[in-house]
Amino acid sequence: MNARIFALLCILLPSFALAQGFAGLGTKADDFALPEKGYQFEFPKDHGPHNDFRIEWWYVTANLTAKDGTPYGIQWTLFRNALEPIAAEGWGLEQVYMGHAALTTPKAHYATERYARGGTGQAGALASELTAWIDDWTLTQNTISAAGPDFAFDLRIDVVGPLVFHGDQGYSVKSAEGQASHYYSAPFMKVDGTLHLPSGEVEVSGTAWLDREWSSQPLASDQTGWDWFSLSFDGGEKLMGFVLRGETDYTQATWINADGSTEPLGNGAFQATPLEWSETSGPEVPTRWAVMLPQKGIDIVVEALNPDAWLPLSIPYWEGPVSVSGSKSGRGYLEMTGY
Amino acid sequence: MIRAVFSALLSHWLKSPLQAVALFGGLALATALWSGVQAINAEARQSYARAAATVSEGDYAQIRGALTLSDFVTLRRAGILVSPIVEGRLNGVRIIGVDVLTSPTLTAFPTENMNEIEGPAFYGTAEALALVQLAPEIGKVVVEGAAPNTVYADITLVADLLDRGTEIDRLIVLKDQPVGAASPEELGYKVTPAQAGTDLAKLTDSFHLNLTAFGLLSFAVGIFIVHSAIGLAFEQRKPMIRTLRAVGVPLQTLIGLMVAELVGLATVAGGIGVFLGYLVAAALLPDVAATLRGLYGASIEGTLSLSPIWWLGGVVVSIGGALIASLGVFLKLWQMPLLAAAQARNWQTNGPLRRLRRGAVILCALLGFGILFFGKGLVAGFVLLGALLIGAALLLPGVLSLVLSLGQRMASGVLSQWFWADTRQQASGLSLALSALLLAMAANVGVATMVSSFRVTFVQFLDQRLAPELYIYAETEDEAERIERFVEPLVDAVLPLVYQDTVVSGVPTEIYGAKNHSTYPDNWRLIQGSEDPWGQVARGAVLVNEQFARRTDQWTGTEIEIEGRTFVVAGVYGDYGNPIGQIVMTQAVFSEVYPDKRALRFGLRVDPDKVQNVSDALRDFGLSDDQIINQAAIKSLSKGIFEQTFVVTDALNILTLAVAGFAILMSLLTLATMRLPQLAPIWALGLTRNRLARFEILRALIFALITSAAAIPLGLILAWVLLAVVNVEAFGWKLPLYFFPLDYVKLVIEALIAAVLASLIPAMRLGKTSTSQMLKVFANER
Repeated sequence: MNARIFALLCILLPSFALAQGFAGLGTKADDFALPEKGYQFEFPKDHGPHNDFRIEWWYVTANLTAKDGTPYGIQWTLFRNALEPIAAEGWGLEQVYMGHAALTTPKAHYATERYARGGTGQAGALASELTAWIDDWTLTQNTISAAGPDFAFDLRIDVVGPLVFHGDQGYSVKSAEGQASHYYSAPFMKVDGTLHLPSGEVEVSGTAWLDREWSSQPLASDQTGWDWFSLSFDGGEKLMGFVLRGETDYTQATWINADGSTEPLGNGAFQATPLEWSETSGPEVPTRWAVMLPQKGIDIVVEALNPDAWLPLSIPYWEGPVSVSGSKSGRGYLEMTGY
Repeated sequence: MIRAVFSALLSHWLKSPLQAVALFGGLALATALWSGVQAINAEARQSYARAAATVSEGDYAQIRGALTLSDFVTLRRAGILVSPIVEGRLNGVRIIGVDVLTSPTLTAFPTENMNEIEGPAFYGTAEALALVQLAPEIGKVVVEGAAPNTVYADITLVADLLDRGTEIDRLIVLKDQPVGAASPEELGYKVTPAQAGTDLAKLTDSFHLNLTAFGLLSFAVGIFIVHSAIGLAFEQRKPMIRTLRAVGVPLQTLIGLMVAELVGLATVAGGIGVFLGYLVAAALLPDVAATLRGLYGASIEGTLSLSPIWWLGGVVVSIGGALIASLGVFLKLWQMPLLAAAQARNWQTNGPLRRLRRGAVILCALLGFGILFFGKGLVAGFVLLGALLIGAALLLPGVLSLVLSLGQRMASGVLSQWFWADTRQQASGLSLALSALLLAMAANVGVATMVSSFRVTFVQFLDQRLAPELYIYAETEDEAERIERFVEPLVDAVLPLVYQDTVVSGVPTEIYGAKNHSTYPDNWRLIQGSEDPWGQVARGAVLVNEQFARRTDQWTGTEIEIEGRTFVVAGVYGDYGNPIGQIVMTQAVFSEVYPDKRALRFGLRVDPDKVQNVSDALRDFGLSDDQIINQAAIKSLSKGIFEQTFVVTDALNILTLAVAGFAILMSLLTLATMRLPQLAPIWALGLTRNRLARFEILRALIFALITSAAAIPLGLILAWVLLAVVNVEAFGWKLPLYFFPLDYVKLVIEALIAAVLASLIPAMRLGKTSTSQMLKVFANER
């Protein structure tokens, strides 16, 4: 998911991209820290920002259901992008934050974005507990909320399971050339609360999934986009898998058992094939997928709740809730970029 | 079968290429004028949207006061979307720092040449950037047409450059706030409301409204041509339709094919029209650009891009216009008995149509009066305009017939009687083309009157408002005080211009404190006032501008409340171009109401001969050039602008007239062949072909003259609607109507020339018709 941040900053503040010596996705990470294999995670410190890394995000998606059975989905994302590997107070642009919030219904999709400088306090995250914010949007251990011009959500969070570490104990490789990130998730969260839609308020409950990832290395130069799945099966197991599309596709996945224990699955184990493409308010994207994980006997169809979950933001992409059927059933979230 | 029927239908156009040209040309020209005007409008809007975004944040509500970064963060964390601005001056250049991450006016920054910059940069005109004298390592991006004497950059750079730390000058409140956001007032911040319309876009709307009205009128003219061409073609194809139906072609198929034929034609004609419109716009755009730049300081680029939307819009307009113009014809076809006879001459004078027309005129009149008395809003204004024009166009044949029968009654001698009778008979065939001429002329009279009235009013207004010979601006209150003390002995009078933005009776209003000086009573003209209004003001009353009076319906004699005090309105003054309310009170009263407010601007009354000396003295005193304004310069600039406006309206006038002339030509050419059986007997009685031809020209002149006589009053009514109804609805002030008889005479002459030119070809053809052809008429006589 790195390319998004870079592309955004190129559009938003092109001068900074040049000021940083950024001349392409393949260059090395200058003065920024690099992810290290064997890094020992430390909490709550690692919930907070890693300002010496170039990019970082707090990424929450939630599958929700109203009392009448209508499915909904929400997305709450805070991106941190460092232009310099330091944090300073004031108007400086060393740390730039960007927030994305979206709400998906079977019929509609709402999305909005925010920007902020890290040095002002307008956006940031704490190292003392899980707390991240931009403007009035906040994510803590217990709550998550965001609001846009035409929608808002306000949910309570109940963490019911352990943190999960992807790849090699949180060291997640992104290409055959070795680009990587630190990557952990909190996939076991129950949520309930209120959605504010143009048509009125809706009480909902469901499950949420937090992704935390930071790195300084961009994708490999030939990688143009990715398809990322986070699926929760009815039996309690979960699956995170992504395909990084390049000259040759690169895939990684994590099988998460109901008790939180994990099995990392290397390149090639996870397979995702588009079955059906849909028109969106952006480009055409695949909204029905065949997903296979032979090692786990997974042969499923993943289908978008609302095919037009396109986020028409500074960096446009597709992100929305999905349903799972086939060898296992369940729900989850799908993100597609680079279309 | 469908192919055979279709080719039969199409063969008509091969047989009457003139009609094909009329239909095609009419649609293309109508679309061209329409899309040309739209193109100019769209391009202008797009170009200065950026300038407007850069120049003024007046469009947004703002929070002012002693603010710092923490106020910004407090508001943002409360869910209120605000964006900070830091500004100051350096070497006389205004420096504005915006937060590129939260600014709603980020679009102000050009992106096309971004890649050339290495590092954060300042933006502005080359002159402004040079004046600031930035360090060489700081990036500079030249933006042509940016606000003069102003540079912009991200807040980081500006706060550094001006050494402002975390201080903020003001916070812009964004328009789209999130669901459930608190209000800044709840957090104890005072919000100055948006100065509704101080932005350039709203001011330039006045100009665009004129152009849009003009585009609509031009299109109506074109549709009249199309209507007439379709009507004639239908009558002429009646025998063919009869035959086709007799051999078994179903009516639905026939109508379907004719609609398809029309849509096909309209699509191609519309496409060509868009292209022509583009050429018109491209030719006129430099003048429009100059007009807008001069008028409002808004810069628009003198280049056009032809977007797909225009193509589509133009073609849709063309098809829609053609279908509207042909609706009657298709209705008639639907009801036509299977074996109806062709009535090529009577198609537009038959009984039902006349009744229909009469009904439509009455409807238009009722609609018009209804709107005039009960209507509200801009749309109502435009509907009134439409009702007026359509009603008048429909009324024209009746007026023509009336005048011509009067002529016939007064005629003596056989030839003269025949001439009038024949003219009258021909009137029906030409009535649509003449309606087009009527609309074109009325539009010209209307728009010319409006633009000229605008100019006269504006120049008078400038004379009133810019009475002081010099204006000076101070940057701080201290400086203002020093300047005032310095300049006092040098001039006849110093008039401080002190004002406060506030809200009175729910209307955003600026309150001015005016010094008790003869400048005001001598120069300000009131549009409504009590006796001795300035005397009353001196005793504590106030004057309000027309915008305020209209919006709050508080005119002379009423009482208004300002900041908890009650004032009597002693009069109302015209305040053209100002979008918001204004109230004038004496300086003494003002300083009681706003004790903290000090003047930063001053008007100086100086002997015109001494203006140069005084400005030199002020410059020596330390004022920069942009702090001293010579009002004569402003006036000459403003006057130059209106000359530019005329170039554009003149060019459009001539184009519309050309379209109307084309309509007459087409009608005359079509009629010419049909008229031969009527002229042949006259020729046989001894009138030479040349004389007959001269009669044709004379006839065209008479038609044009009668139409002109009707067009001028119609145009004046049109201007009145534009100035007194549409303008009030759109901008809240009424423009006085002035008459320009010379312009109208010129227009009548132009119309006569157009009519003569249009009749020249048919007349010449008639003059050269061979005798054998004339004789054939008798041979063919049934």
